[in-house]
Parts: sequence; C-alpha cells; structure tokens
Amino acid sequence: MAKPDILQGSLDLLILKILSRRAPLHGYAIMSGIVEISGEVLRVEEGSIYPALHRLEEEGWIKAQWISKENGRRSRVYQLSAAGRKRLPVEENRWTAVSAAIHQVLKLA
Amino acid sequence: MSLISRIRNVFRKGNLQREIDEELADHLDNAVATGRKRQEAERALGSALRHREASTDIRLAAWLDSLRADTVFGLRQLRRRPTVTAAAIVSLALAIGAVTSAFRLIDAVLLRPLPVAEPQSLFVVGYTYIDDVTGKTEEGDSFSYPQFRAFREAVKGKADLMVVDYANRVDLTYASDNEMEKAYRQHVSGNHFSVFGLQPALGRLLTESDDRKPGAHPVAVISHDYWTRRFGRDPKAIGRTFRQGTVLYEIVGVVKEGYTGTETGAMTDFFVPAMQNAEAIGTDGWQWMRIWGRPKPGVAESQVQQPLQASIRAHRLERTRNWPAHALKTRVEQYVNTTLTLNSAAAGVSGTQRNYRRPLLILGAVVLLVLLIACANVANLLTAQAAAREKEMALRVSIGAGRARLVRLMLVECLILALSATAIGALFAWWSAPFVVGMINPRDNPLRLDLPADWRVLGFAAAVALGVTILFGLAPALRASGVKPMAALKGGDEPHSRRRLMNALVAAQVAFCFVVHFASGLFAATFERLSKQPTGFATERILLLQTNVAGPRDAARRPQNVWSEIADRIRATPGVESAAFASWGLMSGSGWSSDVRLPNRQPDTLSPYFLGVSSGWLDTMGIGLLAGRDFRPGELASRIEAQKKPVEGVAIVNEAFAKKYFNGDNPIGKSFETGGRDNLFVRNPIVGYVRDARYRNMREAIRPTIYVPLDNAESGTFIVRTTAADPELLALPLRRLVSEVRPEFRVSGVLTQAELVRNQTIRERLLATLSLFFAGVALILAAVGLYGVLNYSVLRRRREIGIRMALGARTGHVVKQVSTDVFLMLILGSGIGLAAGLASERFVESLLFEVKGADLGLLATPFLTLFAAAFLAALPPVIAAIKTDPSTALRSE
Repeated sequence: MAKPDILQGSLDLLILKILSRRAPLHGYAIMSGIVEISGEVLRVEEGSIYPALHRLEEEGWIKAQWISKENGRRSRVYQLSAAGRKRLPVEENRWTAVSAAIHQVLKLA
Repeated sequence: MSLISRIRNVFRKGNLQREIDEELADHLDNAVATGRKRQEAERALGSALRHREASTDIRLAAWLDSLRADTVFGLRQLRRRPTVTAAAIVSLALAIGAVTSAFRLIDAVLLRPLPVAEPQSLFVVGYTYIDDVTGKTEEGDSFSYPQFRAFREAVKGKADLMVVDYANRVDLTYASDNEMEKAYRQHVSGNHFSVFGLQPALGRLLTESDDRKPGAHPVAVISHDYWTRRFGRDPKAIGRTFRQGTVLYEIVGVVKEGYTGTETGAMTDFFVPAMQNAEAIGTDGWQWMRIWGRPKPGVAESQVQQPLQASIRAHRLERTRNWPAHALKTRVEQYVNTTLTLNSAAAGVSGTQRNYRRPLLILGAVVLLVLLIACANVANLLTAQAAAREKEMALRVSIGAGRARLVRLMLVECLILALSATAIGALFAWWSAPFVVGMINPRDNPLRLDLPADWRVLGFAAAVALGVTILFGLAPALRASGVKPMAALKGGDEPHSRRRLMNALVAAQVAFCFVVHFASGLFAATFERLSKQPTGFATERILLLQTNVAGPRDAARRPQNVWSEIADRIRATPGVESAAFASWGLMSGSGWSSDVRLPNRQPDTLSPYFLGVSSGWLDTMGIGLLAGRDFRPGELASRIEAQKKPVEGVAIVNEAFAKKYFNGDNPIGKSFETGGRDNLFVRNPIVGYVRDARYRNMREAIRPTIYVPLDNAESGTFIVRTTAADPELLALPLRRLVSEVRPEFRVSGVLTQAELVRNQTIRERLLATLSLFFAGVALILAAVGLYGVLNYSVLRRRREIGIRMALGARTGHVVKQVSTDVFLMLILGSGIGLAAGLASERFVESLLFEVKGADLGLLATPFLTLFAAAFLAALPPVIAAIKTDPSTALRSE
C-alpha cells in the first residue's frame, strides 16, 4: 500500500505538535519525527517541510535560531514561541472537529 | 517581530537566500548521517531552487504584494473623490513646502557643518564685553594679533589656533586698473588649510611658510566657486595676478570644491595670509579677526579654555597700564575680567547667523504651526470621509479583515496623499527658499548662501511626509478600523466620539491659527513702528559715493583740501543741489565712539558717538541748526601734533549731547576735551548746536553725538543731494567725475540714503511679510477646516434636523443646534492660542520694537479676523441646515 501524503493543512499542526514535545529540532529531525511517530504511515514530502517552517516562523508561532555543529556547518533549529504554544490547542481542536465531521459523513452517508 | 523581520528581509534578500541554501544543505547532511544515500536524498528533496523560491516568497514577497494591493486600492479611492483629494494635497503641499523651505534656510545658515575635516571639534573663541555706547553686555569674538600670539603660546601642544578674519567685500583689479571688481576676502593663518584638512583642487594651498613676515607674502588661494565664476575653471588662473589695495597678489591655488570660507551668508572668494594685514600685526589697536581652533586629540576643551582665560587676563592687564589715568576703574575691571568661551563652530560663524538665528527659528515655528493646521484639516477631511466609508469598512471587518490590516489600508492612502503633497511642496520650496534669501539682500552686501538640495533636504522632506502621515492619518485610521460592523451596516448609528475628535481638531486649528496671527501682528506692528521712526535727516534724493584714496596712508603726507576740491566739482555738476562728504553715511553700519572729558563732571562708562563731516554736510543732510554755525572750509578737528603738541579743533554737538552734558542748555561757547593717551588732552570748543539725527540704527534711542571737521581722509563718503527724484541717475557720471578730478580717488560703492535706511529694517520687513503671508494661509486653512466640519455635521444630522423642524423647531434653534459646538471650539481654541501667544512673546521680544503683546489692539485683531473667517466659513452649512426640507430629509433614509 502506498503511504499517504500528509493532508493539506495538517502539516502545520504536526510540526507544532512535534515541537511542543521535543525542541529545538532542525527540519530533518522534525520530518523524521513525523514519519517515526506515525509508525511510518505518514510520509512528508521532504522539500515541503521548509516552506511550511518558514511560513510558521513568519506567523510568529515558531522561533528559529542557528546553532553551530562540530563540523563547522550550522543547523537552523526551531522551537515553539509563546504564540505558537497558545495556537496549538486551537489547531488541535480544529483538526479533531474536522476529522470527527469527516468520520460522521463516512459513517452516515 | 514579523513586520520588522520582513522589512529587514526585503533589504537583505541575498543573505536570506544564502540562509535557505544553508538550511537545505544541512538537511542533506542529516539525511546522509542517518544512512541514506546522498543521491537518493537529493532526489527526495527535489529542486533546491524551487524550495528556495517558495521560502523566499513566504519570508518577504507576500508582504510587499499586499502593500502593492493597498497602494493600488488607495490610489483608486483617492481618484474617486478628486475634490477632497486635491484640497488635501494642495493644503498639505503648501505647508510642507513652506516647512521644507524654512528648513533649507535654517540648515544653510545655522546647521550645515562646514565641509572640512571633523567640523564638530572646531571652536571659535568668544568673550563678553560691555558696549560703551549702550551699556549692555554683549558677546564679542574679535581679537588683535598680539593677543592671538599670546593665546597660541598659552595652548602650545594642546590646541591648534588660527586667525580667520571677517569676510570683507573688497575692490580688486586684474590687469587694467580701470576695471574694478568686488570679491570677498579672508585673511587666514598659514595653518588654516591643514588644520581644516582641506585639499587643493589645483595648485597649492597656503602653508605656515606663507605666513611669517608682515606684508611679505603676496599670495592668494581662491575658492572653487570663484574659480568657476571668474575664470570658467581655466587652469591658467594659477599664476594670474590681481591688485588689491596697494598689493599685487599672485593666485597660487584653488581650494577644493565646496569650501567658501568660515562665514555662512558670505562666500569667501580668496584667502590671503594673515601676515598680509601688515599694519595690524604688531598692534593691539586693531581687533580685526576671529580666532578659530581645534583641540589636539585627547585634549579636553576645558584644558584649552583655562590657559586662554589666563592669557587674556594677563594680556589685558598689561594693556590697561597704558590706559589714560582718567579711565574708569569699573571699566578697567570689566575689561580685564572678561569671560572667555570656546563656542562650537561646526556650522561656521557669521554675523548672518547672529542676526537671523532667531528670525529663522521663529519662521520655522510659524510654518510648523501652519503644517499642523493643514494636518488637522486633512485629518478632519479623512474623518468625514471615513464616515462615508463606514459601510465599506464594516464589510471588510465582517469578511475577516484584521484591524491592523484596515489601519494599514488607511495609512497607505494617507501616505500617498503625503508623498504627492511633498513632491509638490518640494517644488514650492525650490522656488521659495532663494526668494526669501533675495528678501534679505542689501545691495551693498548681498547675502550669499549655498542652498543645495541634497540628502539632508530630501531626508527632511521624507521625514516630514512620514510624520505628517502619522499625524493626520493615524487617528482617523484607528477610528475607521474600530468600526462595529453590526451598527454600521444597520446604519444610523453615529458615534459621538467622531464628532468629538473633529471638534478637538478644530479647536487645535484655531489655537495654532491664533498664535500665528498674534505673532504676525507683533511683527507687522514692529515693522510699521520702526520704519516710521523719525531719522532726523533727509533720506530722499541723497546719493552716497563711498570712496577710497590710493597712496600714502599717513594723513600728513596726503595733499590737503582734495576732498573739498572734488566736492566743489560735484556741486557744479548739473542736477546736483548740494554736496559734502563725511567719514561714512549715517545708518551705513559704521560708527566711532570715544570718551570725552568735561570740567566738573565725573567720567562715565558710556561714550558719545563721533562723526567726521565736511562743511555743508548739515545742509545736505537736512539736519537743522539750532544755534551757532556750520564748519567753515579748511577748519580742522582737534589733534595731537608732533612733539605731543595738542591743537584745538572745533566741534558741533546734537541735542542729546547738550541734554546729557549741559542739562539741555545751549552748548555754544562751551567745550569738552578729548584724547587722554599719555595724559595729553585737547580742547574742543563747541561752535554748532544741531537737531538730533540717527547715527547707526533705528532701534536705539538717539545718543549724544559729536561732529568734527573732516579732511584728507584715506576713505570717506561723498554725500550728494540731487534735484531729480531718483538720485541714482547721477551715480555713473559722478563716479566717473571723482576719478577724473583725482585719479587716486576711487569710488568703491554707490548707495542711496533711502536704501541705507531701508536696510535697517530688512529683518523686520522679512518677519512681517512672511508671517503675514503665513497668517493668511493659516486663516484660509482653518476656515476650510471649519467649513468641512460644519458641513459634515449638518449632513450627518439631516434626519435629526428634519425631525426637529417637522416638530416645529424655529430657525434660530436649528442654527444654534448646528453651530454651538463649533463656536465653542472657536472660543476654546482662541483662549488656548492667546495663552500660547502670550507665553511665546518672551521668545520674540528681542525682535520687537515698542510693541507689547498685551496691547489691546494687537490682541483684538486675531480674535476679530478669526471670528469673521469662522462666520464666513459657517454660513453655507448653516444655510443648508435651515433650508433642510423635513419631508425629503426624512424620506431619504
């Protein structure tokens, strides 16, 4: 069975959720985290994680900073901002509501 | 954070893209680290370029894009109501133009740093002294060369000091002696150019070796501006010679572009070594220059000031030892205990600055008030507009626009208004700043001001545009964005707070307008009273020929009676009624005061004025003789001749003199003594008693004045009364005549007496004219604002008025209903304006003349003008209110 791509709009939620548990993380770690926790059911298209991160950053929900690595390169790591922490339950509730609605439609239609 | 980061991102786009690339590279590293193949990871990541673009867009372009959308929308909104837009732009443009123009002048005269190295560390030495004619404490900055030497010695190793004399307009000739030219000259020390860090544009600059022996260095450096004007930037200008006075100078270099001396208001054309002022080098009698300096690196100013203070004290103490024994003790003390200051000289130092600092700042304040009035106007217009757009705003809010977004939408619109106004205003400033400079231009000493339109002016205009946007746009924008969709869409809910805002703005406008009118009234009255001051002499039909004599400076070696010979020839010219000569013209700015000694009278600290005049001068100037006689031809002034032999000389005194020294008695036959050096005094019998005449300016009370006979001076002024109404018709023939009779006599300037008198009130005329102009502008703006507010209020309350009228309200009641608020604001605003005006009077006091702000007439004028204007402005809306037809008003909604 082909692994499903993440539903439109849910990537932001997943990023916020992952960052609320473990932070700070760089883009690759966030992506691996989503894949890992979903039991490798969800697949994140590798390139799409960065525009999503930058969008969340501009919204002010996550903060980024550069850290140096041993090999002299730098990693950009992200963590939730205060606004993001407040945003997370809102997004979670919205998702729960939507998915419950979808579930209902599937059951009753 | 996000707004700032996006603006920052716009300016660092390259940086941003590098960051994104770095992050993507890190992603691949991490993939490889977890055991994936690099190629596979790269393929999975997809095109780096695409991700980079997507991320860049997120981090900056979306913001710019919505800004663009707002701009387009704003433009469309403004175009939809062209009248309001035009009114807003024109009133703002006028005000912004005036403010920018005032800034250009203030910047050029007071603020702009000299184009030299580290101008902020330069200083000019100043001191306090007591004027011996007026008795007031003044600030001086002129020094003698010996004092400069003492100073230089005192701060050796601590500061570089230099001589820079006053920019003087002098006559010079190239090649042929017949073509006299005028140019501004400054004497400077040899270290001047190196301390200022200036480079030559051509040739070389002056150095220490050009400034060693008095009179031994006839070399000159010219300014780039002069090089351009006089020589068309011809490199052959180097090596050209010109004659100035008795010296033949060689041009050795051109200083780099932009530097035109140390005085704003006068642009120096050529610089010569201080040593070239040969006669002044050895004497303390000539106070002819300023002393500039710069502390050495690491030396504090106080470490320079203290030795200078000690030096001037020692130097002056030494000088007073030679003072006449009768010198007053208090005067000696004042002289020795002067306070020395190091004044910042970053923006140059000049008389223009001293005279125009306050007037320019006042004009700046006036135009700023006009700008605030214009802002209030536009704010009111926008608030009224916002009411009309309430439904649009409500719609936006209900489909999800955030408040910030609405504020931005409105502010973008305001910014468009402000920028258009600034563009037009800049054009206005372009024209008006030189126009104002033209107004303060006496012919014999034109103001020469560099008025560049560079980044300072542009930056100022941009800042004004932004500030103005926030001033007039923010309140209406916040108000509009705070719309309650439910109420607005239902219609009919009129928030009172909006009217309150508009009323407050009207009150502010009235207050500002009042202040401007009050100030302009003060200045106009000052100008009027000052120009009507009696002068005591005839001003019409009088021509003055300022004349220099080439040849020996020593008076004894010059031929006698030559001046009278020329005066006789002038008198014989057709069209001349009478002619005489004097040391200088009355009100020409020159003056001479000296102590006198009278028997049985304590000397005091105030000295009378002296003026050398020929016989016939009183008659030519129309100064009436009260008793005694005029000088006779050939009579000489008192003097000390060789072997210390005092020789008596006759004198004529004025009423003020008789009043002060003889209790107003007829002074004929009495005498006073002059001199005092080496304790030698000489008697001056008084032969004439004349009416008072103004000597130096229109402001001071007429002072005791002594006229003494004048002959064979090295410079003087022929005074000619003509039969024709326009004395200038004779300027050219007489000028030629003087040199024909005596080739060594040279007319260096021709003026009319009327012009000299007019020059006395240039500053007052400038202030009066400009402040009246701006008072007019302020009044129009305020009236328009008032009209707008009333009109708005009548329109909004049409239904209410309709109902009231239907219920039988009388016309008077409706009028009262509509206009009460506004007239209350008018009274409130006038009250505030009155208080502010009276409070600000202290600041303008020194510029006033026999005018007091508390003068009832001066206070009543702004009140009456404002109320008349308000009445006119209120008339149309009030009539509209009365004419409201209840049936149509009620049916319309």
